[in-house]
Amino acid sequence: MTKASRPAATNDQRLQEATNPHSPVVDFGADKPLHLDSGVALSPFRIAYQSYGELNADKSNAILICHALTGDQHVANVHPVTGKSGWWETLVGPGKPIDTDRYFVLCSNVLGGCLGSTGPASINARTGKTYALDLPIITIADMVRAQAMLIDHFGIKQLFAVIGGSMGGMQVLEWASSHSDRVFAAVAIATGARHSSQNIAFHEVGRQAVMADPEWKDGRYLEAGTVPRKGLSVARMAAHITYLSEPALHRKFGRNLQDRQNVTFGFDADFQIESYLRHQGMTFVDRFDANSYLYMTRAMDYFDLAAEHEGRLADAFAGSKTRFCIVSFTSDWLFPTSESRTVAHALNAAGASVSFVEIESDRGHDAFLLDEPEMFSAINGFIRSAARAKGLLPA
Amino acid sequence: MSVNTHPRVDFDVIASLVKPGSRVLDVGCGDGELLELLQAARGVDGRGVELSQKGVNESVARGLSVIQGDADSDLKYYPDSGFDYVILSQTLQATRNPKNVLTELLRIGERAIVSFPNFGHWRVRASLALNGRMPVTKDLPYSWYDTPNIHFCTISDFVDMTREVGAQVESAVALNALGQRLGFNMPWGFWNLFGQQAVFLLKR
Repeated sequence: MTKASRPAATNDQRLQEATNPHSPVVDFGADKPLHLDSGVALSPFRIAYQSYGELNADKSNAILICHALTGDQHVANVHPVTGKSGWWETLVGPGKPIDTDRYFVLCSNVLGGCLGSTGPASINARTGKTYALDLPIITIADMVRAQAMLIDHFGIKQLFAVIGGSMGGMQVLEWASSHSDRVFAAVAIATGARHSSQNIAFHEVGRQAVMADPEWKDGRYLEAGTVPRKGLSVARMAAHITYLSEPALHRKFGRNLQDRQNVTFGFDADFQIESYLRHQGMTFVDRFDANSYLYMTRAMDYFDLAAEHEGRLADAFAGSKTRFCIVSFTSDWLFPTSESRTVAHALNAAGASVSFVEIESDRGHDAFLLDEPEMFSAINGFIRSAARAKGLLPA
Repeated sequence: MSVNTHPRVDFDVIASLVKPGSRVLDVGCGDGELLELLQAARGVDGRGVELSQKGVNESVARGLSVIQGDADSDLKYYPDSGFDYVILSQTLQATRNPKNVLTELLRIGERAIVSFPNFGHWRVRASLALNGRMPVTKDLPYSWYDTPNIHFCTISDFVDMTREVGAQVESAVALNALGQRLGFNMPWGFWNLFGQQAVFLLKR
């Protein structure tokens, strides 16, 4: 294994980003505890973020981007660990639909994450050791509370827009529901108002894979100096399948063999799809913390916006003045269009202003991260119209 | 869902029926042309529902609040009296259950504006009488087997239905082939023969 040295180096880099990130941070001290859904007051805690563009004088041009499960705050800059370009550079940048020449774009690493915000790899001030599983369970609402404290820090009263896909979309819906007066426009992409049973099932497979890895050490792997590579890698492989679609997989890989003419009558990665998934698993381990993965998946599982309102989703948006844009993709089976339609209907019933676009794409759930011109044009039209309504663009 | 591709002479009539600044839902809003006109000309707070994905995407790209949905199945998600006007332009004939749709329009809106092609127009009647075939005209360009227009009606038929659902006709306009308004005090029978399109303003 000549690769042994590379992951070790990356592992240090990854840990460095968790505790001492490249991104700017805001530390919330004992005077500003975060009251979590679990009943615990988290204090102190830290939020790491990236920002692009300039906040205008009346602080009315801020757009908050909420990242997905395994995403981070590096929306439109080179990633400090992987060296890859930002995950939403297709959408965010100068002259892009989310125009950084016009808007102040902010994205924070979610609470419980591993790119600088307080998470299971952070030091627990009470014990002086890493939290590991001693970190209280974090919910989507908790992530949003932390983001609200971050925009307080910037003196932003109302966000012009909150935008996100998948778990980011859940945060968008939570923002619009529990901080409705602080959100002028909301764009929720490839998401739902709750995590389905099937989605919880996939997450549980992933968590069990992590916890079954002997290197996981009951979550104390950082102190033990190990990395549950295999477990997290298997979790990522299973999850990655749910982000794609059968037609897209077949188009890309078919039954093609990997660098060979015949099957080997063994358990090597004979098929290209196997090799691809193994690669996805391995590279993920290089940039993501296993315990953080447990916390993130749990946050999504617990999300059920209707349940917080006696089962009536429309009540979650009662009286909302926020303008909504809901986007789904035809081949997304993780958050199928029916989930988005449920949200759109609830918003209608609440009398909210809502646009709902289903984009024809065979690229599955991950389509929201890819070059999808129809999604860009819908978001562009929606943002421009909202900007005119808020006076950020001439009417 | 809006299935007439011919220049929309009914749009100006509809706009003239809508009070400025009102709340409007356009059911079957197509690419959003009417909603955009209503926002620009009448300053309405407009929303749309459209069956075709293409229409929805074009509408949203125009900056309109439009959702993908079906007039037959999705109107039930709207609250009572949420809008001042609910508009159904050139869409009634394409619904599966027009009577139910009309009832829903009047539940959701204080008023409903319905425009539709008149199947009682003399040209349609002549085409059927003389050729013995389902008419295919400039305004009704589809063959019988591929038409989205599954529930054509005449002006007289529509007037009957408004009575059945207990709606009040506040005003009605019939347009001839050139898009000109027919004289006002003509009896329904005259409109039914010479009106190529009709626009009705209904109240519960």
